[in-house]
Amino acid sequence: MATQLIKGNSAVIIGALYAGCDCYFGYPITPASEILHEASQTFPKLGRKFVQAESEEAAINMVYGAASAGHRVMTASSGPGMSLKQEGISYLAGAELPSVIVDIMRAGPGLGNIGPEQGDYAQVVKGGGHGNYHNIVLAPNSVQEMCDHTIKAFELASKYRNPVVVLADGVLGQMIEPLHFPDEAITPVIDESWAVCGTKETKENLVSSIFLDFDKLEDFNYQLQEKYETIKENETVHEEYMTEDASIVLVAYGISSRICHSAVEVARREGFKVGLFRPITLFPFPEKELKGIADSYDCTFIAVEMSNGQMMEDVKLAIECSRPVELVNRLGGNLITLDQVMEKIREVASREA
Amino acid sequence: MAEKIIGKPAAIYDEFSRKGGAAPTATHYCPGCGHGIIHKLIGEAMDDLGIQDRSVMISPVGCAVFAYYYFDCGNLQVAHGRAPAVGTGMSRAQDNAVVISYQGDGDLASIGLNETMQAANRGEKMAVFFVNNTVFGMTGGQMAPTTLIGEKTVTCPDGRDPRFAGYPLHMCEILDNLKAPVFIERVSISDISHIRKARKAIRRALEVQRDGKGYAFVEVLSTCPTNLKQNAQQSTDFVNNMMEKEFPLQNFRDRFDEAEPLWRDESDFSKSAIDKLYSLEDNASPEAVPDKDFRIALVKIAGFGGQGVLSMGLTLARAGCRDQRYTSWYPSYGPEQRGGTSNCSVVISGESIGSPVVYESDVLIALNQPSLEKFAGDVKKGGVILYDATISGVEVPKNVRSIAVPAMQIAKDAGSVKAANTVMLGVMMELGDTGLPEKVFREAIEDTFASKPKLIPMNLTILEAAAKWARENIK
Repeated sequence: MATQLIKGNSAVIIGALYAGCDCYFGYPITPASEILHEASQTFPKLGRKFVQAESEEAAINMVYGAASAGHRVMTASSGPGMSLKQEGISYLAGAELPSVIVDIMRAGPGLGNIGPEQGDYAQVVKGGGHGNYHNIVLAPNSVQEMCDHTIKAFELASKYRNPVVVLADGVLGQMIEPLHFPDEAITPVIDESWAVCGTKETKENLVSSIFLDFDKLEDFNYQLQEKYETIKENETVHEEYMTEDASIVLVAYGISSRICHSAVEVARREGFKVGLFRPITLFPFPEKELKGIADSYDCTFIAVEMSNGQMMEDVKLAIECSRPVELVNRLGGNLITLDQVMEKIREVASREA
Repeated sequence: MAEKIIGKPAAIYDEFSRKGGAAPTATHYCPGCGHGIIHKLIGEAMDDLGIQDRSVMISPVGCAVFAYYYFDCGNLQVAHGRAPAVGTGMSRAQDNAVVISYQGDGDLASIGLNETMQAANRGEKMAVFFVNNTVFGMTGGQMAPTTLIGEKTVTCPDGRDPRFAGYPLHMCEILDNLKAPVFIERVSISDISHIRKARKAIRRALEVQRDGKGYAFVEVLSTCPTNLKQNAQQSTDFVNNMMEKEFPLQNFRDRFDEAEPLWRDESDFSKSAIDKLYSLEDNASPEAVPDKDFRIALVKIAGFGGQGVLSMGLTLARAGCRDQRYTSWYPSYGPEQRGGTSNCSVVISGESIGSPVVYESDVLIALNQPSLEKFAGDVKKGGVILYDATISGVEVPKNVRSIAVPAMQIAKDAGSVKAANTVMLGVMMELGDTGLPEKVFREAIEDTFASKPKLIPMNLTILEAAAKWARENIK
C-alpha cells in the first residue's frame, strides 16, 4: 500500500478528514500550529467548517456548539492552551458531548518553552477541569498513529458521548514519517435523539450540564462513573514487547515508548531480560494488564516519561505498589535518550544481581 | 387587525416542566424582573416569523441560565460568557439554525467581552439579546460593567467611583465600530410604549436570522428591582431617567435590506474527494520493507534558515522511502528555526525507528560555521562531515572524515547559488554512506520539486555535477 511522508501534526487532520470531522476550531500555538494550518488548507476545500478562534476558550466553546449539533468536531492545542481549555472540557464532559481534542505537549510550567514534554499527563488524564469527569485519552507514538488514533478518537467520542484527547508531544507533532492513508472515509450520522440541530425533529432536545437538585446531580455523577467503568472494560489498549520473561519492565507511552523499544533491543543484546509495557489508552489506564505482570513475574518496573513521575503514580496504583517502581525522566523540553534508559537498566540489573 | 394583548406565544411552553416545582406556569424570575417580558417578545417574534423549529436558544450563566425552561425550541446551556463562541460553533455546523444568544451584562460585557466582540466582528449568523440591568443578578447584586456612576451595588457599596472602577461600558457603541454587524439597536422595556419599540427591534434581529443575513445585536435596558432594592415605580423610573441618560435609546444600524444572505457549502465526506486533495493516486511511495542487514544511517543537517536545510533533509527522507527503508525526519522548530540557524535529523533504517532525534550522527552536513562548531563533536567515530568549503578554522574531531565541499561554488556555477543543499546531496549520493542507491536520490529530487517541475532539470544537473566533483576530489 502506498504512503506519503507526512508531518505528525498534519496526520491528525488527515485522520480527522477520513473520520468525518465536519468542523475545526483552533488557535495558533507552537508546536501544535501545523494542525491548525492543515485544517485551514483542507476543511474549506471539502465544504467543511473551519474557524480560527479568537482564543483557546472560544475554540473549545465553538467545539461545544458544533458538538451540540451532533457533528464530529475537534480542536487542538499545546500545554498553555490546554490549560485555558479546561473549563470548556469540563462542560463538554458534563453535557456529554462527543468531541476530540489534540494536545501536542510542550514543556512547562507557565510559558516554559516549545520543546517536547509529557507534563500534561495529570491535567489530561485525571480531569483537569472542575468536577468528577474523565477524558478518554489516547497516546500515539508515530505519525501513523497520529492519524489512526484521531480516527479512533472520533469513534470513541461518538460511542460514549465523551471528550477524547489525543495526547502527543512536540516530537510526534513535528516529525515526518511515511503515512499509510486510511482505507475508508466515514460519513458521520447525527444522533437526533439528543443533538440540537435547529430542526423540528430535535426541538425538544436540551444540551446542558446543570442539575440544580443535589441528588439528581449526584445520580448523574454516578452515571458518569458507570460510563467510565464501561469504558475501562471495553476500551483499554496497551502493547507489550518482550515482557514474558522480563525481570525489568519499562513502562512508557508516546515518544518515550519508542526510545524504550530501542532500549529493550539493546538491553536484550547485552543479556538483560528487559521488556516494554506501553499504555496506548492512558484513561483508561491498563491497570489489570500491568497488575497481571506484577503478579506473574518477579520484576522491577521503570517508568520512563518526560514528566515528573506523573505516569509513574498510575503504575504504582495499578500494581498496588507490589513491586519496585523506578523513574527515568527528562524535563524542560529534553528528550529521553537511549543511553539514559540503558544506564538505569544496568543500574537496576546490577543491584538485583 | 386587533393587536393580541394576552396569550402565550407558541414558542414559549405552556407549562415549564423543566423547572419543576409547584407552580408550573410561573417563571423563576423575581417580581418586576425584565426577563419575562423579553422572553415573551422573543417568543412572539419566533412565532410571527415562523422560525420556532429552526431556533436554538443559548442560555447563559446569569439569571437567564434557565431560559431553556421557557423556550419551546432547541436549547443549549453554556459556560459563563461563552455563548457567542458556542453560537459560532452551532451556526457553522447547522447553517439553517436560527441561533439566539441571550446574555446579561456580566456574561456579555465582562467575562465574555472578547467572545462578544469577535463573533460580532466575524458577522456570525446569530441574534444576540443583551439584557442590561446594570447589575449582576444571579450572584447577588455585584457591580457590572454597565453599573452607572454613583450607583450602589454589593461590590461598590458607596456607589461606582470611576477613579477605581472605570465607567459604564456602552456595548452598542462599541459594536457599532465594527463593519460586519447587520443590525444594532438599544431599546428598553421599562413601560408599554418602550416595549412596543423593543418588540420591533427584537423582531428585526430575528428577521436577519431567518434570512441568514448575519449578526444582529439588541441591547435591552431592563429592570432588577431585587438587587437594586427598588419598587415597581422606582425601577421604571431608574431605567427611564437614569439608565437612558447613560445609554441613549437608538437604532445604530439596520442593514437588513442591503445585507446578502450567507449560506455555506455542504460538507463533502467522500473518500475520493479527500484522496484527491492529497493527490494519492500520483504521489505515493511504496511501504517500507524490514531488512536486518541494512545499516541504520543517522544524519544531521544544519545551516542558516534559507539554505534549504529542512528541505534537503526531506529530500533525503524521500530517497529513503523510495528505497523502501524506514525513514523519519525531525526539525528544529519554532523560534529556533525562525531565528537563523536551523537543523534537522534524518534517520534511515531497515527496521522501525526508535527516536527520530539524532544526537550522535553518522553523517553531518554543515552549511555554515555555527552549525559545524555546534555539531562536529557529535559525529560518531568513523562518521563523515561534509561542510561548505567557505567555512574555515573549525576543529574537527579525530577518527572522523571531514570533507570541505565547494557546495556554494558548484551550485553557483550550475546556475543557482540556492542549490548548495542539492550539491551536498549529490556528494552523499556518491559517497554512499547512507546505504541508499543513486537512483533514489534522483527520484527524490523529482518528488521534491514535483510542484515546481521547472526546477527539476537544474537540480538533477547539480546533483550530477556534485557527484562528479566527489569522484574526482574525494579519495
